[in-house]
Amino acid sequence: MGSYILTRLLSAIPVLLGLSVIVFLIMAMIPGDPATAILGSYATPENVAKLNRDLGLDKPLVQRYFIWLGNMLQGDFGRSFSLNRPVLDEVAERFGATLVLAGTAFVICSALGVAAGVVSAARQYGAADKAITFAVLLGISIPSFFLGMMMILIFAVNLRLFPVSGMWPIYGARDAAALLRHLTLPALALSVVATGVIARLARSAMLEVLRQDFVRTARAKGVHERGVIWRHALRAAMVSIIPVLGIQAGFVLSGAVYIEIVFQWPGVGRMLVDAILKRDILLVQGGVVLVAACYVMFNIAVDVAQSLLDPRIRT
Amino acid sequence: MSFLRLLARNRLALAGLVVMACVCLLALVTPLLPLAAPDITDTGNRFRPPFSEGALLGTDHLGRDLLSRLLWGTRLSLAVGLAAAVTAAVLGAAIGIVAGFYGGRTDNLIMRGVDMLMAFPYILLALAIVAALGPGLMNALIAVAAVNIPFFARNIRGVTVGIAHKEFVDAARLSGMSDLRIVLTEILPNVVPVIVIAMSTTVGWMILETAGLSFLGLGSQPPVADLGSMLGEARAALITSPHTSVVPGAMILVIVMAINLLGDGVRDALDPRLKSGALNRPLPATQVARDAPVPAAQGGAALLSIDGLKTEFRVKGRVYRAVGGVDLDVRPGECLGLVGESGSGKSVTALSVMGLVASPPGVITGGSVHFDGQDLIGARYETLRRIRGDRVAYIFQDPQATLHPLYTIGTQLVEAIRAHHAVPRAEARARAVDLLGAVRIPNAAARIDSYPHELSGGMRQRVGIAMALANDPDVIIADEPTTALDVTVQAQILALLDELRRARGLAILFITHDFGVVAQLCDRVAVMYAGRIVETGPTDAILSRPAHPYTARLMACVPAPGGGRRRLATIPGLPPSVDDLPAGCAFAGRCDLVQDTCRRGEITLDPLTADRAVRCPTPLRAGAPAS
Amino acid sequence: MTPALRLTDLSKTFDLGKRLIGPPRARVRALQPLTLEVPSGETLGIVGESGCGKSTLARMLVGLLEPSTGRIEIEGAPLDRADPAAFGRRIQYVFQDPISSLNPRKTIRQIMEAPLRHLHGMTRAARAARIAEIFAAVNLRDAFLDRYPHEFSGGQAQRIGIARALAAEARILILDEPVSALDVSVQAQVLNLLADLKTQFGLTYLFISHDLAVVEAVSDRVAVLYFGSVVELGPAERIFARPRHPYTRLLADSAPVVGRRLAAPEGRETELPDPLNPPTGCAFRARCPRASALCATVPALRPDGDGTEVACHHPLDPEQG
Repeated sequence: MGSYILTRLLSAIPVLLGLSVIVFLIMAMIPGDPATAILGSYATPENVAKLNRDLGLDKPLVQRYFIWLGNMLQGDFGRSFSLNRPVLDEVAERFGATLVLAGTAFVICSALGVAAGVVSAARQYGAADKAITFAVLLGISIPSFFLGMMMILIFAVNLRLFPVSGMWPIYGARDAAALLRHLTLPALALSVVATGVIARLARSAMLEVLRQDFVRTARAKGVHERGVIWRHALRAAMVSIIPVLGIQAGFVLSGAVYIEIVFQWPGVGRMLVDAILKRDILLVQGGVVLVAACYVMFNIAVDVAQSLLDPRIRT
Repeated sequence: MSFLRLLARNRLALAGLVVMACVCLLALVTPLLPLAAPDITDTGNRFRPPFSEGALLGTDHLGRDLLSRLLWGTRLSLAVGLAAAVTAAVLGAAIGIVAGFYGGRTDNLIMRGVDMLMAFPYILLALAIVAALGPGLMNALIAVAAVNIPFFARNIRGVTVGIAHKEFVDAARLSGMSDLRIVLTEILPNVVPVIVIAMSTTVGWMILETAGLSFLGLGSQPPVADLGSMLGEARAALITSPHTSVVPGAMILVIVMAINLLGDGVRDALDPRLKSGALNRPLPATQVARDAPVPAAQGGAALLSIDGLKTEFRVKGRVYRAVGGVDLDVRPGECLGLVGESGSGKSVTALSVMGLVASPPGVITGGSVHFDGQDLIGARYETLRRIRGDRVAYIFQDPQATLHPLYTIGTQLVEAIRAHHAVPRAEARARAVDLLGAVRIPNAAARIDSYPHELSGGMRQRVGIAMALANDPDVIIADEPTTALDVTVQAQILALLDELRRARGLAILFITHDFGVVAQLCDRVAVMYAGRIVETGPTDAILSRPAHPYTARLMACVPAPGGGRRRLATIPGLPPSVDDLPAGCAFAGRCDLVQDTCRRGEITLDPLTADRAVRCPTPLRAGAPAS
Repeated sequence: MTPALRLTDLSKTFDLGKRLIGPPRARVRALQPLTLEVPSGETLGIVGESGCGKSTLARMLVGLLEPSTGRIEIEGAPLDRADPAAFGRRIQYVFQDPISSLNPRKTIRQIMEAPLRHLHGMTRAARAARIAEIFAAVNLRDAFLDRYPHEFSGGQAQRIGIARALAAEARILILDEPVSALDVSVQAQVLNLLADLKTQFGLTYLFISHDLAVVEAVSDRVAVLYFGSVVELGPAERIFARPRHPYTRLLADSAPVVGRRLAAPEGRETELPDPLNPPTGCAFRARCPRASALCATVPALRPDGDGTEVACHHPLDPEQG
């Protein structure tokens, strides 16, 4: 087991390197030169040339990549010119807020999605199945940003149950209760699509597994139907559900960008969109690399969970 | 075309199709409609509510007509979403097919690249691409397409690998086809349905994604608007003028929902696994729909008495009468062999006993199964469950598929015991070790913590037998337990079964297609053909002097070892399909002794001697004393 | 006379756990070096249990798998490169699963035309004539040509598979478990058809099966494979009646036969050796009742009278039966 985790961690190194190459290349494609962007169009050619030299932009692409990589490994992601602070500080602060939001949404969608899928499959063609199937269809068809806006309109503006936006109250204590009140609507809005996708997949995975011979064996042994569904079928279905949970985590993280904008959540997604519109390239670069690296690590955790579940992978 | 017919049968998909057709039609004719210009600002008429004079849906924050903007925006959103979907599907499928077909290093390299792209949460990649190319609708399209290529590539690669290893691809190579031709004519036609399914189920998602980028201000740029940027612009006035948000948002919802409904319909119509009806979950016990009176148990001394059992499969309006009235008695301590070719109904008979026939589509429509004086057909689920595995246990054919792959064999044995007896876990485990020893698994105490995949086929089947023995059952139903095994292993398993049944006084109902196995193991034998028992009696008598022409000719077809090179006897024709059985004897069409009486009415299973019966009006000189 | 097929030191080793660069994690010898001659017009039966290497051998013989060592000669001409198209005109293959060997999205006509077009470049008219001729030979109706594979029963589909192999006009057919997916009553029809075709077209067969009785009924000679090696080769009418190798004896005794009492032919609960951890010496010695210290060295396949070859240090007495 330990050696499996170790090899998975080692295999992350080429993925992370490849990821940095992709980000670097995409950013290197940007037309125009950053020095002009930073200094403004009135800068003298001498100043532009000097800054280019200082930034190392006169060097060949490959060399620039390794300098950039070396700096990153030492924790130097450069300075954001629009915010005038180190990229790493800004991203770290914003990513915390995103993790709270996306993490909550991920827990909601995994638990709710799997449960709904199992119930739906176990009661195939029953009332519960039909209700769940319809709710799922609605859930995967509605844009999360539109859903968020409608939730604000109904639950915050009209019913006044929750705050309209933000992560913390402007005045008052920053305690767990306050966070929970602010978190409820955005986390729900964010989890809806993923819940639908997971429920759908869990249902079809369960239907597939319930037809397998080993389910018939369990029934022939006289195992109670509850045990057949939750112990035999779900366990086997989880083998195909868990990788999808990993993929959906990426979708939740992605959807957080919209939700953060709709709910004015101070997360990394909103920061990225602002940075793109302001052409703050270093901030975009740093944000993308750091978030993607975290996602890679998360996926390793998913693989390890999978190997705990399935003995056939371990050997 | 059958695809369209299948699609039309699905009412929800049809509704989606109608809605999509309307939306597409509207989008197509938008330039021809008498609409206000979508981009002309009129700040005097800002935020007019719906149903205002001259603006059916009201106006937005710049006084532009919302209806006009909605239709033009829909046109744009649909075009961009579809273009992104087609681009991603074509490029992704091409990459997937190349990787899957060539395999090896090519596959390895491509899939590592794909994994790399999938290591990004998709929006980060899309944002990075838009950041590099600059905001704009075309760039958003490129970003969305690029982000989705890995998903298609991975999906299609998986399918291609499966097809590339099919025997028909090998056959095409031997027919002299080049790789390119094989990809185009053998692989592609089999992959296209999967591409269409993947596309139809993701188009809606792509429309959402492009709308999302526009919503963020990174897609379509003012004054031109797609549905996403309309929503984005309306957000500032969400509280004061919610209709400006609701109009485009509801449109996206309607479009995506219609596409998803349609996509599901397309998937259901194209998925080959769904061809023979939907993917059904088998119920805990087979459905029972008996209309005739329930027959009483006939066999006096029998432990298990099957009388007039009828089981059918109802698939898409056709009825397959797999078991058409079977009578069998299993007496204490005897081994009864049930022999037949594939499709004869022997396995369905065996599974019907404990209600294990997959249902739907299986239904037991008549007869009774008495165990210990109680009729099990139509019994309450809990009654059945208590008997399953405790008094009547099963051994199945393929030990690879019948054991749960994710639990150790010990866990599975312990569960079998504890399903019926509230014994402590440690005690159940000790009993499990004993059972593994009883089926002669070497080093049972260590092997108990193995997973099924760590055992060989023969060892797995021993575990299957141990599981059946777990609660000292009265009857074991063994459904082709050695068919998947090699001959030398089969011999070991048969010897083990024979020894166990004599030592423990077990009654066995042994289902097989192999006369040799029957001869070695069974006391009595029943031969099945097209869902009926055609002959039954003591094994030696039937094998040495079969009375039914089918039994005789089937045995003649089996080459016996030691006969040297020779021409084999055959039976012309094929067994009849059980959804279209002829009147009279089902074997009449293939029988060389057929007479007119064979094709009329019901042919009954008549006693021939005290312990033999045959379903034939003109049995072979049977019943004569052995010479 | 040149043999129809001559194999010299043909072997196959599979690499397991391939990496992007560097050597594989493990190597498995699926087939030990094999030297064999099949005279023209003979049916050579190949018998063995799962994992004995019989399918590996078959796939190498038709170029679907590249041999690790050795060479294949057909009618005196060597075929060393694994290129199915080069093999296709001279040696053809009939698959085990008749349905899955036919592309579900092609008509039977399209399937039948492929070898005629790509191997022989025949014109449309010539193809139609040839297909009609072959279909007549395998007792299939011309009306079947425009149907799709799923419309056929297993036995019919196998006839189509045989017809496709015949269309290539190869003189040698590799029959890989051609009847094991079929019911006995249909099996006999296909086996008799194969016998008729052999006489009619002067074919040479390599008949692979796990079923002793079937192999014996169709073959002139039989080779018994165990764990990647031929352990015994001899005339069909003799090999199971009077086996020389203890493994052949075990196989013969294990086959369930009407009229023979059930007896465990093996006392021990032993099975095939682990290919990842192959035994030294004779692969059968752990199961063999006659094993001795001598068996720690691999026995070579050597002639043992009346056309028999056996790879055993302690062969059974031929007179014992």
